[in-house]
Amino acid sequence: MTVAAIRVEQVSKNYGALAALSGVSLEIAQGEFFGLLGPNGAGKTTLINVIAGLVFATTGTARVMGFDVVARYRDARRMLGVVPQELVFDPFFTVREALTIQSGYFGLADNRAWIEEVMHHLDLTEKADTNMRALSGGMKRRVLVAQALVHRPPVIVLDEPTAGVDVELRQALWQFIRQLNRDGHTVVLTTHYLEEAEALCQRIAMLKQGRIVALDTTHNLLRMFSGCNVRLRLAPDRLPERLAQRVTQRLEGGYRLALRDYVEVEQVLAELRAGGIQVQELEVTQPDLEEVFVRIMNEDTGPGARNGSSRIVDWGAPQDWQ
Amino acid sequence: MTGSQPAALRGFYTLFYKEWLRFWKVSVQTVLAPVLTALLYLLVFGHTLREYVEAFPGVPYTAFLVPGLAMMSVLQNAFANSSSSLMQSKMTGNIIFVLLPPLSHREFFLAYLLAAVARGLVVGCGVLVVTVWFVDLPFAAPLWALAFALLGSGILGTLGVIAGIHSEKIDQVAAFQNFIILPLTFLSGVFYSIHSLPPFWQRLSHLNPIFYMIDGFRYGFFGRSDVSPYVSLAIVAAAFLTLSLFTLWLIRIGYKLRR
Repeated sequence: MTVAAIRVEQVSKNYGALAALSGVSLEIAQGEFFGLLGPNGAGKTTLINVIAGLVFATTGTARVMGFDVVARYRDARRMLGVVPQELVFDPFFTVREALTIQSGYFGLADNRAWIEEVMHHLDLTEKADTNMRALSGGMKRRVLVAQALVHRPPVIVLDEPTAGVDVELRQALWQFIRQLNRDGHTVVLTTHYLEEAEALCQRIAMLKQGRIVALDTTHNLLRMFSGCNVRLRLAPDRLPERLAQRVTQRLEGGYRLALRDYVEVEQVLAELRAGGIQVQELEVTQPDLEEVFVRIMNEDTGPGARNGSSRIVDWGAPQDWQ
Repeated sequence: MTGSQPAALRGFYTLFYKEWLRFWKVSVQTVLAPVLTALLYLLVFGHTLREYVEAFPGVPYTAFLVPGLAMMSVLQNAFANSSSSLMQSKMTGNIIFVLLPPLSHREFFLAYLLAAVARGLVVGCGVLVVTVWFVDLPFAAPLWALAFALLGSGILGTLGVIAGIHSEKIDQVAAFQNFIILPLTFLSGVFYSIHSLPPFWQRLSHLNPIFYMIDGFRYGFFGRSDVSPYVSLAIVAAAFLTLSLFTLWLIRIGYKLRR
């Protein structure tokens, strides 16, 4: 059996009375594209910091490619590249100097060819001899990615890499990260852009108040809430009372309704017809990750992490729908 | 998946080199400015006090002053280097670049320590180079001077590491510097021989560790000192060892670095 890229067992981290992480366990296989989602303060960055050895866990263990991040920290850190959330840089150096120095920290003496290649892939070659201070935010972000890759780690962790990044760079960045994943790198991602996570991640863990509240494949998470959404634009712009109770969102000039099944679409139309209301626009959509996320986060957190597709979620059945 | 094989000590060497570059790239501030300050001290104090003070019999005051100023510069700059580097890295967040790689606590400490010693020695040499023309310095026992310069800058560099790690704001480092390091260096016999002090102040000076560094360093120039250089060396070496072990422990447990 191949060793897990990342294995976290019962990790807790307390800051005084505050529990940033409470008994988190997680295993990420080699080659996975894994998403770590959760609201601010859920413990995502703390978990990443524990894995990266930037923070010592209060209890529990973390391993990277089988190496304990404390006992075998040298091996563990060589296996890991981390792109930090904050846009940090050393103002004393140029891009090439920063990458050469970072490479040296990992014990690599002559790494020029790879540094040039990484700069090329991230469109940094033209800025190679520019001081870090003179770079735009997007360029600094690229350098952070390059710094994380400079020692060719098999596991890459990206903590909110696209926060505040323009669309073009975001696309370029994801293309590059996807390529790395295809080349066999394990990628762990935290992001606030849920459509990104939905499009990229094969598996997702959702954290809330320092606990994992959902852990499954993206596919299963999306199916977790069977049914669909219907977006309607009506004339006149009102709903019969029975349908009004189904509204999940009042849109500009329309409504969004949650249905248990596609069959119910026909019943909605029948209700509208009976009410003398004309449908001007109708769109049926599947719940997206954002909806799944919101629903999971609005649930009460159970005492422990609930993993796997066997998880049953009770949404609260539509009250009046027969 | 890794490219070239990691070489032993490469990480340490790189961190040291980075720290060296950090102060060398801004050497106008980090080297030239303290050298100029020391020169001003020499011109002002040397000129105003040379008629009134004879610290060592037969040694002109300005000659007496030069080694003291050089050592004071060594000590202050060694402290400034490690403390400000760590503080800046923590403030800007780029400390993460040295916390993520597989550097041991020993490599981490040694790199910051040696860079602090290097800056101290560079500034100290600079002070001697510009002041030596004004005075006649015998250089009676240069190896003693070197030993005290190394150990003294080592101690202050280590204190700088502690201050840099411990402080959360730039004011805390400044307070450390202004309220501890500066008074201790000024009251350590840089500008006077403690034999010229009243007995109470003489006894008090013996509690100041920086006094032994200055006194021992000065022995390297004149072959005489207020206290035996062996005693000073033992005290300074013991202080260095104790502080180093304490600092290594702080880094190993991740005190304020890997909280």
